[in-house]
Amino acid sequence: MTETQVIDSPAVAQSTPDDIPLWKQDGAQPFLRIENITKKFGDFTAVDNISLDIYKNELFCLLGGSGSGKSTLLRMLAGFEAPTSGKIIIDGVDMAGIQPWKRPVNMMFQSYALFPHLSVEENVAFGLKREGVPRAEVRERVAQMLELVQMGHLNKRKPHQLSGGQRQRIALARSLIKQPKLLLLDEPLGALDKKLREETQFELINIQEKLGVTFVVVTHDQEEAMTLSTRIGVMDQGKIVQTAEPHDVYEYPNSRFVAEFIGSVNMFEGRVIEDEPDSVRIHSKEAGGELYVDHGISCAPNQKVYVALRPEKIKVSRRKPDQSHLNGANCIVGTIEEIAYMGSMSVFRIRLPSGKEVRVTQPNFSRNMGERFTWEDQVYMSWDADSSVVLTS
Amino acid sequence: MNAPVSLNIPGQKPASGMGRLIYALRHLSIGRWTVISLPSLWLAVFFFVPFLVVFKISLAEPTISIPPYSSLLEWDPEESFATLKLNLGNYLYLFEDAFYLEAYLSSIRIAAVSTFFTLLVAFPMAYLIARSKSTTRILLLSLVILPFWTSFLLRVYAWMGFLKKNGLINEFLMTFGLIDQPLTMLQTDFAVYIGIVYTYLPFMVLPLYTALEKMDITLLEAAEDLGGRPLQNFFLITLPQAVPGIIAGCLLVFIPAVGEYVIPALLGGSDTLMIGKVLWDEFFLNRDWPMASAVATVMLIVLVLPIMLIRNTNSGKEAF
Repeated sequence: MTETQVIDSPAVAQSTPDDIPLWKQDGAQPFLRIENITKKFGDFTAVDNISLDIYKNELFCLLGGSGSGKSTLLRMLAGFEAPTSGKIIIDGVDMAGIQPWKRPVNMMFQSYALFPHLSVEENVAFGLKREGVPRAEVRERVAQMLELVQMGHLNKRKPHQLSGGQRQRIALARSLIKQPKLLLLDEPLGALDKKLREETQFELINIQEKLGVTFVVVTHDQEEAMTLSTRIGVMDQGKIVQTAEPHDVYEYPNSRFVAEFIGSVNMFEGRVIEDEPDSVRIHSKEAGGELYVDHGISCAPNQKVYVALRPEKIKVSRRKPDQSHLNGANCIVGTIEEIAYMGSMSVFRIRLPSGKEVRVTQPNFSRNMGERFTWEDQVYMSWDADSSVVLTS
Repeated sequence: MNAPVSLNIPGQKPASGMGRLIYALRHLSIGRWTVISLPSLWLAVFFFVPFLVVFKISLAEPTISIPPYSSLLEWDPEESFATLKLNLGNYLYLFEDAFYLEAYLSSIRIAAVSTFFTLLVAFPMAYLIARSKSTTRILLLSLVILPFWTSFLLRVYAWMGFLKKNGLINEFLMTFGLIDQPLTMLQTDFAVYIGIVYTYLPFMVLPLYTALEKMDITLLEAAEDLGGRPLQNFFLITLPQAVPGIIAGCLLVFIPAVGEYVIPALLGGSDTLMIGKVLWDEFFLNRDWPMASAVATVMLIVLVLPIMLIRNTNSGKEAF
């Protein structure tokens, strides 16, 4: 009963007793190792010397804008593009010169690439038939896989008779049927509307955990990356600029690019005036006050730095808040220019005396929250020492 | 819940042919009416009416007069009596004389073989054009159509120069010592095949190109990704995608090839039997217009019936 093994084999079988993820363990063997991969198209460098380790059962997201090289990297993993230099090692095997049809890798395409002349069933069975799996087994495994993606009832339909969400499920089923060790997903949810996307995100995680496959997902949608992944690799101009868990990418971005790419952020330029091992005090003309951050950085005195502050971490008040524990830092004044009521929260655009605009979001605790403030109100904005991050680049 | 199904429910398409026609007529706007009626009018004036004339002549008897056939309706003014004389003898003769049946079968065979080889030659060409860069694509497509800029007759004559005993091909092969005796190529069925394949190639390449160009290349990548080797994928993915183009191209080549006259007359031998030649002989040698018309009418039926069948099986399937 090989066909049931996939569905039953628990994803956690390989992991250590304690729940430390593999990428945090010393000496853990990566499942997929990308070594100094570069891909050039003529003069254009699409992927620029990327090295990356991805571990078993990970759901790794490559996040980046268009032209960041994320799709090219994925296509090299699948074997559709040969790297200009560098190595790809999957499960200990160097993939150099191995054709796409011989790789232990399957891909779910952005356009789904379902075969239009074949039925749902035939589409899913395609991979197994190429392997020469006996007909009865093919039928059984296809039926099981269609059950898994809840599409069993539409097995005789042609792709053009399906909705976007249904096609997406078939594409996923087709890419999973051969039990690949590594599944590549190119913008898997891009074509779905918001509600369907949210539902499918969780389903994707469910399936990944059920089957114990390593996923590498390419996406430009940061929300998608945040909900799906175990780790995110943020890409820009052919390089990976930060690799970290979703929480860390959001809360501890390592550069202005990452901070601005993921979520929205307020960025204050300033100069270091006090550099302690575990804290920094910064004077910012732009913010119109002193900023205090409770983590140390390595920097020269008086160096130009940026303080990144997420909109949801700012408190807005009419009366001057008590910031004495920070010696009066992290408190700035501005005028409300715009209020957008979004239902679950309100978004304020507040103009500082320096001309800088600050974006603040506040959850609407009570029904008349939005009415507490109005346009042209003078307000104080304050935040804690652990709310912001100092960035040097 | 069973909703009553009637013709009036919008979006509910009735299955039967007549019902479908009524449905279609009811839901046409004036704009669409004009768009559809213009080609219909064209077909009626330039195809259906001439065909009726030919059909009428096929039921007459040959006479020595101008025009060289009897009129079907004879009016006797004294008796005030009109007689309609239909001569079915031409059709009966077509079936009695094995010569005609042979000519039909031979035409169909020659056309079918040529169509097959045209497809074989055209497919790689169309594939290459569809996969090339958009700038070279325009160049290649115009090269395919380029031969149409010179006269068809001239091009067939040029092939005579290639194929004859002391023609270019024989000269070439002899100089390089590949053959001792010149090959007999002209005035054989082989020459006719060459002529048809060459002449009708663009008609095959263009619809094939259109079908292949529409195909999404990621389908082939998906097939490779799932373990299909390139050759397998060609038969499993590319070929099925090209089916509409193959059908269109084959019809465009096969139909005119069956009735082809010039190519067998110039390149074929005396034993190359094609219905176009028979038609010519009946008209211009025997001056038997009714017989020639009967031959033409039967040819049309022979050609139209299979096409109707193909069309029907096609419209039964879901569009890709």
